[in-house]
Amino acid sequence: MADDADRYQHGEAHDPLVDETEDAREARSAAARLFDIRRVIGGLFVVYGLIVGLMGLFDSSAEIDKAQGVRINLWAGLAMLVFGLLMLLWQRLRPTEPPEPHTADER
Amino acid sequence: MGDGLRLNMNALDYLILALYFVTVLGVGFAARRAIRTSVDFFLSGRSLPAWVTGLAFVSANLGALEIIGMAANGAQYGIMTVHYYWIGAVPAMVFLGIVMMPFYYGSKVRSVPEYLRLRFNRPTHLLNAISFAVAQVLIAGVNLYALALIMQLLLGWPLWVAIVIGAFIVLVYITIGGLSGAIYNEVLQFFVIIAGLVPITVLGLVKVGGVSGLMDAVRGSKLGEAGLHAWQGTGSTDNPLGAHWLGIVFGLGFVLSFGYWTTNFAEVQRALSARNMSAARRTPIIAAYPKLLIPVVTVIPGLIALITVKGLGAESGDLVYNNAIPLLMRDLLPNGVLGIAVTGLVASFMAGMAANVSGFNTVFTYDIWQAYFKRDRSDEYYVRVGRIATVVAVLIGIGTAFIAAGFSNIMNYIQALFSVFNAPLFGTFIIGMFWKRMSALAGFWSLLSGTVVALGTYLLYRAGVIDFNSDLEESFWGAGLAFVTVAVVAAIVTPLTRPKGADELTGLVYGLSDTTLKDDSLAGDAAWYRSPVLLGVIAVVLAALFYIPVF
Repeated sequence: MADDADRYQHGEAHDPLVDETEDAREARSAAARLFDIRRVIGGLFVVYGLIVGLMGLFDSSAEIDKAQGVRINLWAGLAMLVFGLLMLLWQRLRPTEPPEPHTADER
Repeated sequence: MGDGLRLNMNALDYLILALYFVTVLGVGFAARRAIRTSVDFFLSGRSLPAWVTGLAFVSANLGALEIIGMAANGAQYGIMTVHYYWIGAVPAMVFLGIVMMPFYYGSKVRSVPEYLRLRFNRPTHLLNAISFAVAQVLIAGVNLYALALIMQLLLGWPLWVAIVIGAFIVLVYITIGGLSGAIYNEVLQFFVIIAGLVPITVLGLVKVGGVSGLMDAVRGSKLGEAGLHAWQGTGSTDNPLGAHWLGIVFGLGFVLSFGYWTTNFAEVQRALSARNMSAARRTPIIAAYPKLLIPVVTVIPGLIALITVKGLGAESGDLVYNNAIPLLMRDLLPNGVLGIAVTGLVASFMAGMAANVSGFNTVFTYDIWQAYFKRDRSDEYYVRVGRIATVVAVLIGIGTAFIAAGFSNIMNYIQALFSVFNAPLFGTFIIGMFWKRMSALAGFWSLLSGTVVALGTYLLYRAGVIDFNSDLEESFWGAGLAFVTVAVVAAIVTPLTRPKGADELTGLVYGLSDTTLKDDSLAGDAAWYRSPVLLGVIAVVLAALFYIPVF
């Protein structure tokens, strides 16, 4: 494989094995198609927040006693719901800019 | 072991756990479309933002023995356990980001062993690649066994069912989704683990009357006043941990932690998948911040368990220190948060195992298969090899898990045995990075002799020939001796052997090329809050400040 001269501006050590895979990545990487994990985290935590929060609304006194008198399900549910929504909001406000193909980001 | 720890999981708790499994598998399948080249599969195409790789970095370490084990240490040794975080992790993570990452990421090596191949020679490389690969599959098995044990204890699942389910899920999401599948799930796992641990800590603190109530109760416990101090009493070894401050600073803080954090590819791999140099350097430093705070949800629950669970600290049975967190879950959590906590524990075991498996498949494919067996194949070929290696790693892991199930002590030995390899490796790396004259042969002999010394110290201690106050003291000394051996051998062998030429070392050692590679920075990387040095210094200062209230 041909060396990419720009990759070694300062004459760094070359290695054929490293070069081959880097060439393949620069030519054909599909990493730009990776989805945004914030959507998954946000979604799962919204669902968890709703499940646990609703359970908290209907907790029996025995369950509240077990949790030292704290309505832990309600609070934990709310906290997870808010966290999940914040993740989704963050993703909405600052969507990932897809990484440009690497051959294009030379200056 | 009776039914003493069985939790009352109801259908909704199981729904929470099932949703987690489905999500994890979904992430693996969804990551598949982003894989076309081998770098996509093994290093996420070097495309991830720093917050993702940073949380994956910390999550990869939040595995089996970390959460359960650190809570156990909290109950057994008290506040001194924070040394494992504040001096035993944070400085090394910051050092990795600021000092070492430019060499790792800048040289475009695809693994930690590969750095040794370029800096030294093939024998050094092969030695390290094989020991790493063997360690990873065996430790993956240990993680799997620990997962199965906890599922059996808490949920009553038969050991083999838990082993097979855990292994199958990890297998699927890494085989299909590659490192992106593993890393994305680690980020998710990080949040689920925290969501599971926080309610335990909060309710536990309510139960013991807040922080002051906890401190009073610890003074009255078998730990006494010493359980509340990290440094007082370390002028001798007469403290809960049995460690002198010199041992803590140099053994734990320097040799052990630098060995683990800076050369363990299962960790460093997360940083290599970052999208540019700035993100790669910030990866371990961003991870240092959660690491600073994790003792709140591990050490504190350990202390709470010590106080609230009568008889904790038994030699065997349900009341061993390792059950501190499961016992608190049983006593404090109602259904709902209970399901979250169980899911969090399961997530932590999977995170640990997935880190081992994804580290293994990369080193096996690039460093063993490609470098020594099938060299000139297409890039797609190596993706296939990686997928097969993943399956094989998980199968061996299952085997190890079943062996561990037969000999329960074996898992402690495997962990301890492989921690032995870290210190000489770190010594070889750090001298090789900063002393450009160090020759290739010196690298090989340093690594080999350091490993032999560390291993010998460990085996002699196990056999009862040499005596140390504790296992911990043995590991301090073993690691320290190994480090010194590496340095001495390097100093002796180097002048006798041929140096490597400057053209072969450029970009790999300090002082050759200013490591200002092709500028790959993105818009915004120049902002002060993205400066690796500033973020790193703040993390270390915080670690020092956190010690003040528990001095």
